[in-house]
Amino acid sequence: MNKEQQLEIYYYLHLTRTLEDKLENLLKQGKIIGGLFRSLGQEATAVGSAYALDKNHNDMVSPLTRDMGAMMVMGAQPREVFSSYLARTTSPNQGRDQNLHFTDLQRGFIGTVSPLGTMIAVMNGVVMGARMQGKQTVGMVYIGDGATSTGAFHEALNFAAVQNLPLVIVAEHNGFAYSTPTAKQMRIQNLADRAQAYGMPSEIVDGNDVLAVYEVARRAVDRAREGGGPTMIEAKTFRMRGHAAHDNQSYVAKELLDEWRKKDPLENYERQLLESNVAITDELEAIRNRVEALLGEDLAWTESQPTFKGEDAVAGVYA
Amino acid sequence: MAAITLLEAVKQGLWEEMERDKNVFILGEDVGEYGGAFKVTDGFLKQFGADRVIDTPISESAIVGAACGAAMMGLRPVAEMQFIDFISCCFDMLTNYAAKSRYRQGIGIPMVVRGPCGGGVHGGPFHSQNVEAFFLNTPGLKMVEPSTPYDAKGLIKAAIRDDDPVLFFEHKLLYRNPKIKQEVPDDDYLVPIGKAATRREGRDLSIITYGAMVYTALDAAAALAKEGIEAEIVDLRTLAPFDREAVCETVKKTSKIMILHEATRTGGMAGELTAVINEEVFEYLDAPVVRVTSIDTPVPYAPPLEEFFLPQVEDVLKAARALVKY
Ligand SMILES: Cc1ncc(C[n+]2csc(CCOP(=O)(O)OP(=O)(O)O)c2C)c(N)n1
Repeated sequence: MNKEQQLEIYYYLHLTRTLEDKLENLLKQGKIIGGLFRSLGQEATAVGSAYALDKNHNDMVSPLTRDMGAMMVMGAQPREVFSSYLARTTSPNQGRDQNLHFTDLQRGFIGTVSPLGTMIAVMNGVVMGARMQGKQTVGMVYIGDGATSTGAFHEALNFAAVQNLPLVIVAEHNGFAYSTPTAKQMRIQNLADRAQAYGMPSEIVDGNDVLAVYEVARRAVDRAREGGGPTMIEAKTFRMRGHAAHDNQSYVAKELLDEWRKKDPLENYERQLLESNVAITDELEAIRNRVEALLGEDLAWTESQPTFKGEDAVAGVYA
Repeated sequence: MAAITLLEAVKQGLWEEMERDKNVFILGEDVGEYGGAFKVTDGFLKQFGADRVIDTPISESAIVGAACGAAMMGLRPVAEMQFIDFISCCFDMLTNYAAKSRYRQGIGIPMVVRGPCGGGVHGGPFHSQNVEAFFLNTPGLKMVEPSTPYDAKGLIKAAIRDDDPVLFFEHKLLYRNPKIKQEVPDDDYLVPIGKAATRREGRDLSIITYGAMVYTALDAAAALAKEGIEAEIVDLRTLAPFDREAVCETVKKTSKIMILHEATRTGGMAGELTAVINEEVFEYLDAPVVRVTSIDTPVPYAPPLEEFFLPQVEDVLKAARALVKY
């Protein structure tokens, strides 16, 4: 990976982190409608994996709400995210759905839905359809540790394996599903073991190491594109906030949080870039300034947009 | 006897049933240690132990399937849906197993599946739905939705003791609403399933409704009273099987009927109620039955859209005035 790419990854990581910081502030100001589900501490998994996709092949990703980084990599704009969270008319989901539930097939992202597990099955169809059309599209879809308990997950994994679909499933093992620790969710230690049952290869990666995630994802994407079928990647990471902003995660041991705080993916990557002399402080600072300027501009723009009119609710149910 | 919220009332009812009958147990996502996403089962794990307050994987199908099986063995499971919207994930267990068991094999399934329903909190399309119409067409399921703390406690207890599967809907907008707090008896009482309640007497028209819309109806009725229009309000409380007698009685009394519900319009409770009114008391009607419901779209997220989607007091007033004039 060249320097430009490594700095681009830094840009996306930092963008994701700061955009969510801003959203958290907006929430505190009462400006955000509904909840906020942060990816704090998990950004490297989303950014590193989506970065392995190829826009020239119209690769498609379906991120969870905690995968804003993947949306950013695929070209979603902060103003779209702000517009959605603030429910302005510029919202890419027209105010009908919330947070990151928005889709752009051209840019290659398909917004998630709340029912867990659903999107793996849908992404099976996306890549199957693309294959029928003679395209070389690879799909990537995310799933939380908790959501691997759903029927939809298991049906869809088996289906993907049987149909040898070009799909990469990124399982984010972040310790808790709402308040439920993984040990209460399953008897296995590694989500990757789930894939074995379906004859699907899997790999485990440090989800807080963005370059490692990228490498693993890259291999899986290449394999999928070459007709090798689906792969499941288990990214070990940790949810550094509660399930949503209302949840103070009192059920998480403080030591666990302290331990993972040391593994912060953004700080670690920054250190890595500097120590390996890929970048100097000024370059990183310039990127941070760029992000700050973009976010400031996009937020101001969004806040100047109107809210919806009630009648806008009626249209759009059928073609 | 202190005034309590609807949430507190459901909790009390559950608690008392757990104390009364060791066959009652709770299962669901985050219901134990966390006490449930809305804290309905807060403190239950400590009191009743992990055998009877079971934190489950995120597996609605397996949760309700297990509840069915345990119920067949004589237990009284109460399964929680974190949001009632996710009941769609166990549709098969409910409609094909639970609902048909008694008819097919003569074995009842005394289980309760409960959870928060309803909109008005900007939860968007997947955290705001009212799901009764999905199940209204399935013989074998009962459905209950309380609007007051008193009823919530009495009905959850009745649902647990009922020998058939009961879907129990708790409107999240009412959970902690301080305005509807009520003093609720500390002792054991039941509110019978299948019986409606008249919330307001009136002579000029009847509003048949349930859930959070009871309060929309009450607000509208207060405004109508100032115009000299007296609206009767019938709170169904049980949606299936609903109280036909009470419905017919109010038709006979006022002859002008509005059905008000938060669920979307097409194929909803209102259509079924209208059909029953036509079949049984048509000759008492002085005007066509009027429906005031949400519009036929998913529940939109943006506040102005959601407000437009949901029936408002103003919508009820307009429909009521037209009905009275008819
Ligand atoms: C089918 C279904 N059941 C329940 C829920 C409620 N719910 C939303 S998120 C969540 C926990 C998800 O945990 P996990 O999959 O580990 O993802 P994480 O939040 O940790 O990223 C639950 C239970 C849901 N969205 N869908």
